[in-house]
Amino acid sequence: MIEGILIGLTTALTFQNILMVMVGCFFGTIIGMLPGLGPMTAIALMIPITYGFDPATGLILMAGVYYGAVFGGSTSSILLNAPGVPGTVATSFDGYPMAQQGKAGKALAIAAWSSFAGGTLSAIYLLFMAPSLSKVSLSFRSPDYFALMILGLTAIAAFSSKGQFLKAMMMVVLGLMLASVGQDSLSDITRFTFNNMNLTDGISFVLVVMATFAMSEALTIILKRNDPTSAAKQVSLTELGSIRINKEERTKMYKTIPRSSVIGFLIGVLPGAGATIASFLAYGMERNIVSDEEKEKFGKGSVNGLSAPETANNAACSGSFVPMLTLGIPGSGTTAVMLGALLGFGVQPGPRLYMTNPEIFWSIIMSMYIGMVILLILNLPLIPYIARILAVPKNYLIPLILFFSVTGIYVMSFNNFDIYLMIGIAVVATFLRLYDFPMPPLILAFVLGGLMEENLRRSLLLSNGSWEFLWDRTLTACILATTILIVVWHIYKTFKKKN
Amino acid sequence: MNINTTKIISLLFFIFSAFYLYTAYQIQVFAFDENAPFNARTFPIYLGYAGLFFSGLKLILPDPNTIKVDHKNLEYKKTGILILIAIIYGATILKVGYFLTTSLFLFASYYFLGERRWILMFLLSFPFVAAFMYLLHGILDIYLRDPFLLSIGVMG
Repeated sequence: MIEGILIGLTTALTFQNILMVMVGCFFGTIIGMLPGLGPMTAIALMIPITYGFDPATGLILMAGVYYGAVFGGSTSSILLNAPGVPGTVATSFDGYPMAQQGKAGKALAIAAWSSFAGGTLSAIYLLFMAPSLSKVSLSFRSPDYFALMILGLTAIAAFSSKGQFLKAMMMVVLGLMLASVGQDSLSDITRFTFNNMNLTDGISFVLVVMATFAMSEALTIILKRNDPTSAAKQVSLTELGSIRINKEERTKMYKTIPRSSVIGFLIGVLPGAGATIASFLAYGMERNIVSDEEKEKFGKGSVNGLSAPETANNAACSGSFVPMLTLGIPGSGTTAVMLGALLGFGVQPGPRLYMTNPEIFWSIIMSMYIGMVILLILNLPLIPYIARILAVPKNYLIPLILFFSVTGIYVMSFNNFDIYLMIGIAVVATFLRLYDFPMPPLILAFVLGGLMEENLRRSLLLSNGSWEFLWDRTLTACILATTILIVVWHIYKTFKKKN
Repeated sequence: MNINTTKIISLLFFIFSAFYLYTAYQIQVFAFDENAPFNARTFPIYLGYAGLFFSGLKLILPDPNTIKVDHKNLEYKKTGILILIAIIYGATILKVGYFLTTSLFLFASYYFLGERRWILMFLLSFPFVAAFMYLLHGILDIYLRDPFLLSIGVMG
C-alpha cells in the first residue's frame, strides 16, 4: 500500500495535475453556483476535455470539478436559497436564515471551512479504509437501503419544529407522489402522465427544486413585501457581515465536523446513497445531539445546523469514490458520469484497480487533499465578493432569481411545458409555505422516490410479497428500530413540551 | 366563522390523495404482472393510502399551532403580475428565442416591481443576458435555441 501511496503522490504532485485540480475547482465552483447547473452538468461538460489527457489527469480534473461544484452549490443555497445540487439542500436550512440575519460572509466561511474539513477527513478515511470498505458496502442489500431511506425521510420530518410532524409527513408523501410520475423503471409502463408526452420521462429534480426553493422564495418575498414582520428581514439582507468565525462558533464546529464527516463518508460509501442522504442525516443527527437551547436555533441560522450538512456532503463526495473505484458501482449520479468517463479511458474499475492501476487509484485519493486545500485558498478570499450578491436590491434580485430558475429548466429541456409546470409547482409551494408546510421533506422524498420504489420492489420480489424482509436481517431491523425511536422520541418531546 | 386554512389544505390533500389512489388502481399492468408481489401500481397504491392517512390525521387531530396569515398585508397583485409575466415568458421563449424574451422578461419584471432607473434596468437586462448567453453558449458550449438571433445572423 505504501508503494501505491507514493506512486499516487508522485502523480498527483506533477505540475500538470496540480494545475488540473486548480482549474477543476475554479470551474466547478462557478458552475455549481449557477442554480440548475450542478456537478453532473459540470463533469459532463469536462468529459470531452479530459480525453485529451491520460486517465489519471482526466480523473483528477473531474474530481476537482466535483468538489468545486458541490461547494459552489452551497453558495447559491446560502445566498439565494436556491440549491443547485440535491446535496446542498440541507445547507440552505440554516445557511439562508444566517444570510438573512446579515451574516452571509460568516455563513459562507463556515461552509468553506466545514467543506474543507469534511473533504480532508474523508480523504484520510478513504486512504486507509477504501479496500476494506468496499466489502462493507457490498453487505448492504435492498431491504437495508429501503429501511435507510425510511430513516432519512422520518428524520427530516421529525426535525421540523413543534406541531409540524404531520405537515412534514404530508410533504414527504407529496414528494414521493411527484417522483412516481412518468415511466415505471422496470416495466416502462407510464403512470400519472394523463397521456401527456411531456410527463413520460417524469418531472426533473432541477424543476422541482427550482420551483419549491428559488422561485417560491422569490414569490414569497414579493407577496410579503408589505408585511411588517418580514420587512426587518429584508433590510438585513443588504448586510454582508464579517467572514470571521469567533471562538464560540469554532468550538461548535470542532464538535460537529468529526461526527458529520464520519456519517457523510459512511453514507457516501453506500452505492446509490450519496451526498443528499448524508447531508440530511447529518443535519438530523446533529439536531438530536445538541443541547435544547441550540436545538431551538436550528432552521434559524444555527452554526451546527450549517456545519453538519456541509461537512457531510463533502465527506460523502469522497466516500462515493469507494464503490466507484473498488466495485465499479457509482455511489451517486455524478460518479456515474465519472464511471462512464473511466470506461471511456479503457480503465475497468473493480476490486483489483488499486493493484492493476495504482497510479490512477492513489493519485485520485492524493489529489483530494490537494483539491481541498486549493478550494479553501480559492474560495475564502472571494467570500466578501461572492456575498455581495445579497446587496442587489430586491427589485433586481427577484427577477434575476426567476431568470436563473427558468434558464436552468430551459437549457435542460427546451420545453414550454416544463416552464409552466415549474410556475405551477412554485405557486402551490408559495401558498403551502405561507401556512408553514415545510419544503425540504418534499425535496428529499422526491430525490429518494425512485430509489425507494426500486429497493422495495427487489425486497418484496425476493421475499415473495412478504413484509418479513423488514425484520429478517439484523441490519434492516436496527435501521427500522432507529426510525421508530426517532418517531417515539419526537412524540415524547412534543408531549413533554405541551405539559 | 373562523376557518382554519391548514385544515382546508389538509382536506384538499385528502381529496388529492383519494384521486391519486383511484388513478393508481387504474394503472395498466402487463397480464403476467397482475398478481406479482410488486408491479407498477404497488408503490403508488401505498403512497395513496399514506396520503389519506397523514392528511386524515391532520384533519381529525386538534391543531394547537394555528397559522394566521394577514391577507391584507400580502401583495397579491404584484405577485400575480410577476407570475403572468413568467407565463408569457415561458410561452414565447421557444418561438422568439432566449435573448429577446429573457431580456424583455427581466426589463418588464423590474418595471412592475417599481424600478424606474432606466439605464440600470437596461444594463441588467439586454447586456446582462448577452453576457450570460456568451458564458453558456460561447464558453461552456451549452446549446441555447434562439430563432431571433439566428434570423439576424448573430448565432450560427
